[in-house]
Amino acid sequence: MWRYIGRKLFVYLLTFVIAVTINWMIPRFMPGDPVRSMLSRASVGNPEALQRMNEYYTGVFGLDTPLHEQYLSFWANLFRGDLGVSVMLYPQPVLDIILRAVPFTLGLLLPSIILSWIVGNRIGAFAARKKLLDNTILPVGYILTAMPYMWLALLLAWSLGIVAGVLPTAGGYSPSLRVEFSWLFISSLLTHWVLPFLSMFVVALGGWAIGMRNMIIYELEADYSNYLQALGAPTRLIRRYAFRNAMLPQITGLAVQLGTVLSGALLTEIVFNYPGLGTLILQALNNRDFFVLQGTFLFVVVGVLIANFIIDIVYVLVDPRTRVQMTGGAA
Amino acid sequence: MTLRVNDLKVYYQTLRGDVHALDGVTFDLADGEIMGLAGESGCGKTTLGKSLIRLDSRMRHIGGTIELDGKDVPIADEKAMVPLRYHEISLIPQYAMSALNPTRKIGRMINDLLRARGVRPADIADELKRRLELVGLDTDVLDRFPIELSGGMKQRVVMVMSTLLNPSLLIADEVTSALDVSTQRAVAESLVEFRDREYIKSMVFVTHDISLVYQMADTIMVMYAGHIVEKASASTIVNAPRHPYTQMLISALPEVGSTTEQGRLEGIPGTPPGLLNPPTGCRFKDRCPLAFAKCAERPPLVEIEPGHWAACWKTG
Repeated sequence: MWRYIGRKLFVYLLTFVIAVTINWMIPRFMPGDPVRSMLSRASVGNPEALQRMNEYYTGVFGLDTPLHEQYLSFWANLFRGDLGVSVMLYPQPVLDIILRAVPFTLGLLLPSIILSWIVGNRIGAFAARKKLLDNTILPVGYILTAMPYMWLALLLAWSLGIVAGVLPTAGGYSPSLRVEFSWLFISSLLTHWVLPFLSMFVVALGGWAIGMRNMIIYELEADYSNYLQALGAPTRLIRRYAFRNAMLPQITGLAVQLGTVLSGALLTEIVFNYPGLGTLILQALNNRDFFVLQGTFLFVVVGVLIANFIIDIVYVLVDPRTRVQMTGGAA
Repeated sequence: MTLRVNDLKVYYQTLRGDVHALDGVTFDLADGEIMGLAGESGCGKTTLGKSLIRLDSRMRHIGGTIELDGKDVPIADEKAMVPLRYHEISLIPQYAMSALNPTRKIGRMINDLLRARGVRPADIADELKRRLELVGLDTDVLDRFPIELSGGMKQRVVMVMSTLLNPSLLIADEVTSALDVSTQRAVAESLVEFRDREYIKSMVFVTHDISLVYQMADTIMVMYAGHIVEKASASTIVNAPRHPYTQMLISALPEVGSTTEQGRLEGIPGTPPGLLNPPTGCRFKDRCPLAFAKCAERPPLVEIEPGHWAACWKTG
């Protein structure tokens, strides 16, 4: 068991190093010079002043050292929690900007992923029961999964936000409020949270329901189900077994889907102008703020890796077969 | 008389029509009898085994009756069959290796099943352990997952599990096909032992391995294309078969110690008829060297000597 976790940890660590390296490479090898583009926006006419400002900023951002030194100091700074200084919100540190956005993204992602997974699995298992249910739930499920996140988000924003006018369509909380721990502020947070949450929840729901339905039907045809039926076991028991066994591929599915869900979340945030990482990425892109971009990607990568690691561990706990393979097992 | 099957007809529904897998099967099974059910693939032996306990969704009961210990077995009525299953009629399936839930410990699965069938697991726990030991398993298999057991061990677990409530009739469907020869023997011997200890009253042992069934069964019933061709004591079927099909089937088996110099083994020329539109009359007539005009009529299964039934115009 511990050897397995150790091996997994090593693989994840390796992935992390590679991801961070790529993350560091992309802005540096991309065409275009961030300092120059920043200066061009400042529209300085004097070439001498331009030259000096260029040198100053290159020094500030550490772009005047050789590449390998930049790489090493990037790692060193990373461990000190220093992700550099933002260009668009100069001189705020990138870490502070990201940490402000992370709670919003997590608050949106975690409930929508977990709830849609649980509810979708329930609905799918339910659909596998009767032909009539199946024939209604399945097409709805297909329509839901085929829906692009942002399209549904727009639809929801338009119908519930603008036409019905019951929910706010932009921002993380009402701009007229101060950030504080009060009922007014929390209720404002919640009402702003509903629409982005709903659009992610609904889209993911369909996929889980379809997957679960197929798995349940497969499990109900499995040998152990047939055996139990022949011995007169009630459907309740057989369904319980089937549900549990059908969950296993769904857990793997969750791990595989995380990246997609995350990118969907980022788009949804942009639609609702929700102050999470997605909106931050868009702002950083628009302002060519490579440091914020780099830091955000780093957080996303780390988040996906941690989530995958947790799912790996959970899978081992729920499926005895993986456990046996790890300990060698009695053949 | 434990089991009495009378003119049982079970067809498979397919898009192209009904497949006449069991077409008028009549036989009796006595108390304490182990009956080997032999025949080629597709002759209906598994269908017969299934028909005695649970029809799957494609199978349709067309006619005939089954009686167990003097009571009617309402095979077409899914609900009415439930009380009989496991308590009165039980099954060791063809797929015993995968009959256990892979994510449940074996002991828990057995307890789940017992509780679902209205038996308190605690009442039967000692008996369960005794029987596991009888088939040569440690009682700690109950704390293991199926994947931790070998194929033969799983087979024996299923054997014990299926017979735990002392059913009147046990259907063992190809239970030895996937095992190596020594394990086959152990499994067969355990089943005989179960009968001797009266864990089960009688048994239908579906197989295509005549040499194995010869060693353990009291009687052998041979089927061909959905019909019964012959039923007699095991030694009679092997040593003095009367029906031409049985004769050819037995002569197609190798004997211990035989060499190729003593002549090549002959198979039975031709193939069994399709059962979608089965031929009328005797179904073996196209491959039978003795066939004559009368074979266009279906020969009845008659008792040609005490305890020996055959369905052939030449034997009757």
